[in-house]
Amino acid sequence: MTEAVLTLSDVSYRWPGRSAFSLTIPALTVARGETVLLLGESGSGKSTLLSLICGTIQPDRGSVQIADTEVTTLSGSARDRFRAEQIGVIFQQFNLLPFGTVTDNILLPLRFAPERRRRVGDVTKEAARLCSALGLPEGVGRTKADALSVGQQQRVAVARALIGQPPLIIADEPTSALDANSQAAFLDLLFAQTAECKTSLLMVSHDPRLGERFDRVLRIEEITQVERAAA
Amino acid sequence: MTLRLAIASLSARALTVGMTILAIALSVALFLGVEKVRTGAKASFADTISGTDLIVGARSGSVQLLLYSVFRIGNATNNVTWASYQDIAARPDVDWIVPISLGDSHRQFRVMGTTQAFFEHYKYRQGRSLEVAEGVLMDDLFDTVIGADVATTLNYKVDDPIIVAHGLASFTEHKDQPFRISGVLEKTGTPVDRTVIVSMEAIEAIHVDWQSGAQIPGRSTPLDVIRSMDLTPKAVTAALVGVESPLQTFALQRAINQYPEEPLLAILPGVALQELWGIVGIAETALLAVSAMVVVTALIGMMATIFSSLNERRREMAIFRAMGARPTTILGMLVFEAMVMAAIGAVLGLALLYIALIIAQPIVDNAFGLWLPIGAPTLQEAKVVLAVICAGAIVSLIPALRAYRMSVADGMMVKT
Repeated sequence: MTEAVLTLSDVSYRWPGRSAFSLTIPALTVARGETVLLLGESGSGKSTLLSLICGTIQPDRGSVQIADTEVTTLSGSARDRFRAEQIGVIFQQFNLLPFGTVTDNILLPLRFAPERRRRVGDVTKEAARLCSALGLPEGVGRTKADALSVGQQQRVAVARALIGQPPLIIADEPTSALDANSQAAFLDLLFAQTAECKTSLLMVSHDPRLGERFDRVLRIEEITQVERAAA
Repeated sequence: MTLRLAIASLSARALTVGMTILAIALSVALFLGVEKVRTGAKASFADTISGTDLIVGARSGSVQLLLYSVFRIGNATNNVTWASYQDIAARPDVDWIVPISLGDSHRQFRVMGTTQAFFEHYKYRQGRSLEVAEGVLMDDLFDTVIGADVATTLNYKVDDPIIVAHGLASFTEHKDQPFRISGVLEKTGTPVDRTVIVSMEAIEAIHVDWQSGAQIPGRSTPLDVIRSMDLTPKAVTAALVGVESPLQTFALQRAINQYPEEPLLAILPGVALQELWGIVGIAETALLAVSAMVVVTALIGMMATIFSSLNERRREMAIFRAMGARPTTILGMLVFEAMVMAAIGAVLGLALLYIALIIAQPIVDNAFGLWLPIGAPTLQEAKVVLAVICAGAIVSLIPALRAYRMSVADGMMVKT
């Protein structure tokens, strides 16, 4: 554990219009290549935490550093560009644009990240390589995204997060829509690919059984303080 | 990729998008169609008479003179005496002169007395001459040539007899002097189509036994006696005049207007047509305004469609945001989509217009004598298409700004 990809220190966020609620994260660090599972029930502030990391919301104070860049000092559009370049995002489900092809979806973040695109080189070839590495059928690239099964769609989402090897991947309950067998297979593929790319993974889940496969397991209530001031 | 994704996104909502595009296409076709008919009607109207430099009649208003002499609408308040007519005809600057005598009718059609020179000098649609479709021009005193509409409406053929009624919508007929149809003219799209043409002498002949607009009781001059009589007209209703040189037109007009023996009026047909168009053209402008409103309605319909799609597309916008799209990119995407819809709609509308024109052109020409030219899209039409696309972009800004605000608030997290 040498180099930190993600460092949050003394971050505090107050929900707009609901001044009674605030979220504080004293310290959170993810090292390069590390896989971290963040356990938390819904409503525990994990969506807010992920939004803070991704820069779609700004903390009231504190520092968010990703790959040696202080995100909080960037402008809104610079944060959007930064997210496109540095972070791969995987949602719970409905990750893909249903009307686009698999290739369209995998290449989507590259439209907003010219440097990441340059790193990839031949984008179509790389998309196809990721597809086969993730066990998707041959020639799936031209298939419409909504023709795939949920499990296949999640793998496409992984390919999209991995393309161009961003230093950090954020996954928000990516396995919750899958059955137990698919979950295991999905995680195998995810870990194999993140290890190969030396990408850090921060995954949020409510399922503690997944914990043993990660380098580190954190409970959201241990690293954050949610204040509910008495009305 | 942007265009392809936008089109993929649109085709995923094919039904609503298709309906929106169809509405825009129909409204654009309607608007351009009205514009086409308007310019066609204006051109047809201006083409009613050409090659005539002056129209001369008794002093009244220029529009009135044009209406009764060319359009056979309304009546002359007075006639021009034969002496004045001959005075004008004898002027050196007059190249040709064609007399017109109106006042009688056959069924719903006007009867016009004139000379053979009418067929030589009356021109329409940029110098086209009257052509005989069947038969020949008048040869005998009681021969008549009828317009195309007269023939089709009353189902007349060459050699059919017709009886001219005295005055308009009258029950007294010139029964003693039946005419024979010697020829039917080709369709021109001008009032000539609705005219029964006889010679000047024939007009005199059928009024031999008449005085002050009523038949002298008991008197009926036999036809062979009429034929031997002097049938020089006593008056004409109006005259079409051609000048030797266009430069003399205004001088001749002034001379006729100041003719001391009789109050006369000479008008320039083009100027009077413009004046008349200024009156009837208002209706056409109103029609154009209404069809423009239809285009606006279609665009507002598109705006409503975009609005109603915003909620179901929240997820899509969150995905774009998560991938690093800015809120302005989301706004731009929606505006772009609207412009694609408007562009497809407008071009489809143009295509519909041309299909409709190809089908309707001969029908409209036959039924209304209105010639709608089919040519390459004009600059005006290109401007309309462009304006529709721009208007589509402007209209879509309203839902797009809402999407912008939604995507700022939602970020990449949407509770589904």
